[in-house]
Amino acid sequence: MIELVTGTWTSLPAWLQTTLVALGQILAVTITVILCVAYLTLAERKVIGWMQVRIGPNRVGPKGLLQPFADVIKLLLKEVVVPSRSNRFLFVVAPLLALTPAFAAWAVISLWPGFAIADVDAGVLYVLALAGFGAYGIILAGWAANSKYAFLGAMRSAAQIVAYEIAMGFALVGVVMAAGTLNLGKIVEAQSGGVLSWYWLWLFPLFIVYFISGVAETNRAPFDVAEGESEIVAGFHVEYSGIAFALFFLAEYANMIMIATLTATFFAGGWLSPFEGILPGTVLAAPGLHWLVIKIAFFLFCFLWFRATFPRYRYDQIMRLGWKVFIPVTLVWLCVEAAMWVYKIGPWAA
Amino acid sequence: MIVNLLFYVFGAILVISALGVITARNPVHCALFLVSAFLNSAVIWLLLEAEFLAITLVVVYVGAVMVLWLFVVMMMDIDVEKLRQGFTRYAPVGAVIALVVVAQIATVVYVRKLGLEDAVIAQPKPEGYSNTAELGQLLYTQYLWPFEIAAVILLVAIVAAITLTMRRRPGQKIQDVAKQVAVRAEDRIRVVKMDAEGRQ
Repeated sequence: MIELVTGTWTSLPAWLQTTLVALGQILAVTITVILCVAYLTLAERKVIGWMQVRIGPNRVGPKGLLQPFADVIKLLLKEVVVPSRSNRFLFVVAPLLALTPAFAAWAVISLWPGFAIADVDAGVLYVLALAGFGAYGIILAGWAANSKYAFLGAMRSAAQIVAYEIAMGFALVGVVMAAGTLNLGKIVEAQSGGVLSWYWLWLFPLFIVYFISGVAETNRAPFDVAEGESEIVAGFHVEYSGIAFALFFLAEYANMIMIATLTATFFAGGWLSPFEGILPGTVLAAPGLHWLVIKIAFFLFCFLWFRATFPRYRYDQIMRLGWKVFIPVTLVWLCVEAAMWVYKIGPWAA
Repeated sequence: MIVNLLFYVFGAILVISALGVITARNPVHCALFLVSAFLNSAVIWLLLEAEFLAITLVVVYVGAVMVLWLFVVMMMDIDVEKLRQGFTRYAPVGAVIALVVVAQIATVVYVRKLGLEDAVIAQPKPEGYSNTAELGQLLYTQYLWPFEIAAVILLVAIVAAITLTMRRRPGQKIQDVAKQVAVRAEDRIRVVKMDAEGRQ
């Protein structure tokens, strides 16, 4: 049996083998992300529940562990209502457009030492391109629904994403300057040397700007004015129901996981161990996927923590924060970083 | 072989999208066809191993310019019928432009016949070649001045555009967000400590 499998495998042409391996990797990552999204929704309800001294969902399965599946089945069985005067094609396509970039970005993420599905040299640019593409799903959803509330949500979202993308891009310029490469795996390698040589320390303002911009890009609280249920009902997805709504939900959470992963990669040493150089030679100092997962989990917890802590920003305050605070901060820190580089201060001392 | 096949597939989608830009009736659909055209030309650049140009095209045009453009198109209530009224009037100008473009394409095709096939055909680069690094090297050494001057011109254009649209009418009520954010609780409320009243 095993011989038959290996025999068929080796008889396949080389290009088919690579394609099949790549497809397998893509499938594995996608399914993992979808399962993570399912349990992230549960974690969100549990964590916020505990922060507000409630229990959270605890009815479906042991300790509520099957709650995400109950939610998915409920959403699948509901009717998808398409508004009669909407643009039918775009209305259906919009959730897919929102979903695709969140998954496609995983292609260039360095998961453990020396491995990424596509180990490309322009990884940072690729990630930025996909982040910009994510805006289309929301804008088109708002427009295609032919509803005033949805359209207001879409416009808010478009302005917000354009504003925060610039700050995000500048923060990444700082990372690229420090690492001297656009390859995500090499950026992680450049941070080796323990928790104090990761970029969060020397690029602290850029780290803060990047993470907050990431929260804004994913339309999460306190930047969730695109939904703003107290003023514009539910924003861009007000007309969506059933599984079409579930797709937007999936996109939002997949994007959260993506931003957490990118923050971990750019500023928290990705798969590097925090004890590297402190406990040399031990298991704790070895790099690996588990460190990346721990860091992602921490940043995701921050997302939930913010939501339970901060009230929603007013729209003009969001715009001011993006344009008038974050962009100048990143510009100033880029100059500081360049000066540190020239005068050999900090990580560039050697 | 596969590269050729991919080129024809994406080239065909590109041409169809470009036709869609000028034939679609709904301006939002036109804008989306243009986005599709940008994406497909980015893919064709990728096939040429010009990954920096390809991804920059997507970042700048798809991620920023077209989002704003879509924004504007959605806000405006464009009456397509009205736009089509002047069609016959402008048709001659359009015909002239079309002729010029066709002539240009013909020249390019003609020039290729003048022994250009002897020229070196671009070979696929070896593994480890980074288009981004090469472009960066050139831009920041040999072409530093043109690059910086282009950047300054763009900056001036941005400042000019903002100045043109910044109009302060008298009597406008504007909130100063910085002031609002800087407010502390002590400025607004006073906590008064007083003894509890005795039981009556």
